[in-house]
Amino acid sequence: MSSKLFGFKSTVSHRLPIHRLQVQHSSADRVTVHFINRDGERLTATAKEGESLLEVVFNQNLGIDGFGACEGTLACSTCHLIFEEDVFQKLDAITDEELDMLDLAYGLTDTSRLGCQVCVKKAMDGLTVQVPMEVADMRRELEVGKQSK
Amino acid sequence: MGSSCVCWKWRSPLRRLAGFSRLLSTAALAPQICVVGSGPAGFYTAQHLLKHHRLARVDIYEKLPVPFGLVRFGVAPDHPEVKNVINTFTQTAHSDRCSYYGNVTIGKDVTVKELQQAYHAVVLSYGAEDNRILGIPGENLSGVYSARAFVGWYNGLPENRDLKPDLSSETAVVLGQGNVALDVARVLLSPLDILRKTDITEGSLAAIACSKVKRVWLVGRRGPLQVAFTIKELREMINLPDTRPLLAPADFTGLGDVIKDVPRPRKRLTELMVKSALEKPGEKEAGRWASATKEWGLKFRRSPLEVLSAADGKQARGIRIAVTRLEGSGESARAVPTGEVEELECGLILSSIGYRSLPLDSAIPFDPKLGIIPNSLGRVQGEPGLYCSGWVKRGPTGVIITTMNDSFDTAQSVLEDLQTGVLNLSSSKEGFKSVRSILHSRGVHPVTFSDWEKIDAAEVARGKLAGKPREKIVDPQEMLQLINH
Repeated sequence: MSSKLFGFKSTVSHRLPIHRLQVQHSSADRVTVHFINRDGERLTATAKEGESLLEVVFNQNLGIDGFGACEGTLACSTCHLIFEEDVFQKLDAITDEELDMLDLAYGLTDTSRLGCQVCVKKAMDGLTVQVPMEVADMRRELEVGKQSK
Repeated sequence: MGSSCVCWKWRSPLRRLAGFSRLLSTAALAPQICVVGSGPAGFYTAQHLLKHHRLARVDIYEKLPVPFGLVRFGVAPDHPEVKNVINTFTQTAHSDRCSYYGNVTIGKDVTVKELQQAYHAVVLSYGAEDNRILGIPGENLSGVYSARAFVGWYNGLPENRDLKPDLSSETAVVLGQGNVALDVARVLLSPLDILRKTDITEGSLAAIACSKVKRVWLVGRRGPLQVAFTIKELREMINLPDTRPLLAPADFTGLGDVIKDVPRPRKRLTELMVKSALEKPGEKEAGRWASATKEWGLKFRRSPLEVLSAADGKQARGIRIAVTRLEGSGESARAVPTGEVEELECGLILSSIGYRSLPLDSAIPFDPKLGIIPNSLGRVQGEPGLYCSGWVKRGPTGVIITTMNDSFDTAQSVLEDLQTGVLNLSSSKEGFKSVRSILHSRGVHPVTFSDWEKIDAAEVARGKLAGKPREKIVDPQEMLQLINH
């Protein structure tokens, strides 16, 4: 099972432990990333260059429900994130393996990627990504809308 | 409570009462919730509740001694990454407001009504333990099994450990074209070197090592545009070492044009099938296919009519299938018989046409046609305080993420009801305290999470000796003995 981390494909199955100790680095390596959660809350994190966005969420303990279920092994689509168009265009090319899993994500957009496959670069400082709404959220909105009529 | 007992006699009776009722109201504010079923639905529901309510206590009940449901018993042995969710479930189980109680069968050892008396909310997440039946003659002949039972067999589900599937014929037919169908085909045809390094059970590995099965057909009633499997699994099958795919070009010619405007997931999946069927393979692939000793293929527009028996009248020797044509298109296309009939020779038939939930307790509403508990956003219809999540709520389809979202959805309903007072917290509930005495009086000994961790450690240790991630224990009695029950 190969996984793409830190910009290269490894053939070892990558298991990301749930508890990852934060490694301290100089501020020069720090990149600020904003995650807009499903409820609209903005979660801001400082990431290390080279970290995947999934690792950022884990390391910073960001409260995004159910994020990264398969721990970065391209066996789910729970780290699905939506990027701004200009940022999306500059990301490293998507592989077939990532597309295969992304295809199963709910609320797929033209600027969607899996967070475990996108690594933070210095040029992404100030990046804002959107956590997509899930089926359940959409249905709840519809249901609440119906009930209020 | 202790310190207040010491000083109460020094206070006026009124103050004593006020203090006491304050203590009571604090205790009553901690909702007692129980979840029935410890698969992904149960654990994700529990996880969401614990995360979004700082006082709620969640107890998870499971009929087997061991947790995790289909993550342990359904996910294929050669898909270990999918099982990584066990780590997050383990974290949930370790929460001090969460307890796991295995070896407790709800509906038998304790009723749902008794759970409702003990807890403020009961969430039913017990999944789908049965399968849809074909309903055709010969279905009960030897050599015919449900894919569900076959999967249970190689994954160590105790109730399927004595399946002893007949793997002595060259051709196997799988009815159905979903991911489970691909899983069973792949396990039947995988090189042993791959299988022996997985957590497939020792017993089934030995049987597969003696298997004569060389060819597996996945037969579907409809066409290539209606296949239910997904691209990752298809790609895996196409690339399976020592096998060649048998895809009839006639099934795929012209399909490329039809899918031009179809959503990307269906488009890419179809393009992969078309490419494999119509394009000349690259040198490496051509070499692999030429030297392959096993093969698998997709047969479309074929609906099973009857399983044919051998001379002894007991053993399956083939299947009679109706040739169909499609009416309509896309996901809603319907297969209609043309009148033409064919026969396929085979000695192993696996029906992979869907799992099915069963009613747990006569007191709970259940829709036998849909095979689900009637509900709205996870709230069981007509039963305040009763909820459901996972396959028993929406039907047995989807991958773990689907169940995850669904479970969060149900948990959200519970949280809302706690907030709005639909769930009345002023009546305090005893939770496991009362269930424990019920179980004790019935001679039932729950298995705790740390008991499971002993079983887990034993399985991992045994697996290490065999170069596997674990060697699953398939006998529940052996599990209970290991933990001195």
